[in-house]
Amino acid sequence: MIESPLSAPIVFALGPVTITLPVLTTWGLMAVLTLGSALATRRLRVVEPGRVQTALELVVQTLNRQIGETMQADPAPFLPLLGTLFLYLATANLTGLVPGLKSPTAFLETAGALALVVLLATQALGVRARGLWGYLKGFAQPTPLLLPLNILAELTRAFSLSVRLFGNVMSGEFVIGIVLSLAGLFVPVPLMALELLLGLVQAYIFTILAAVFIGGAVGSIERG
Amino acid sequence: MDIHAISILCATIAVSVGAIGPALAEGRAVAAAMEAIARQPEAANTLSRTLFVGLAMIETMAIYCLVIALLLLFANPFV
Repeated sequence: MIESPLSAPIVFALGPVTITLPVLTTWGLMAVLTLGSALATRRLRVVEPGRVQTALELVVQTLNRQIGETMQADPAPFLPLLGTLFLYLATANLTGLVPGLKSPTAFLETAGALALVVLLATQALGVRARGLWGYLKGFAQPTPLLLPLNILAELTRAFSLSVRLFGNVMSGEFVIGIVLSLAGLFVPVPLMALELLLGLVQAYIFTILAAVFIGGAVGSIERG
Repeated sequence: MDIHAISILCATIAVSVGAIGPALAEGRAVAAAMEAIARQPEAANTLSRTLFVGLAMIETMAIYCLVIALLLLFANPFV
């Protein structure tokens, strides 16, 4: 019997709190990303930047440009959240390809938590940009009759965001596992190459959708 | 047929039927985007970004079916 993809395996317990595998993997990823960023930005120079700095600048500028084009606004206030989301998702989706590790995003909890972050950030940034009353009034546009539908849309967007990420990453790993158990050692290699692409595409889509939602709440683009 | 067999059958039907609609829709979306890029190559950036977002939206339908199938197989409330 294959273990259920809907429940996360428990690694150890701290008293009543059980620490599951995705939480542990996320801690590892956080440590790697934080230490990597700290080490890479230790020696930044304006003249004659090093190789690492040039690569980092490329990443940050690409993120900046994509977010700016999507939101049609200055990306600077949103780059910390959306950029971190993208970098975390990209690394998290790709950890599934390292032998012995499993993507934390292949569990519903991680995907749900990330979608919750996006949902709360959307509300907070919307309130900050338009004021509490102005933001809440946006839910009753174009007519107050649509108020329940707009609130429902806000919640289902977050739900579909989490389910999309979870479903894609989990199904990719699931298919690789099934093909491996049916066919043998090297047969799933093309599937893993596809998973490499899909993981990055999913990270991109999650970030872009978060940018679209936040842009809609802030008012820089049409509410999606 | 007991409830297990019915669950497995229904999960298979959910995934296979649920894949048809999104597959056709994604094909149409990609075809339209290709045509647009061929006509206006300078708009390729905007088009492909919109295409990706749209594809993600369409794909969600298939993913919902997959989640229903998984619920039937692994978290069935009637077993």
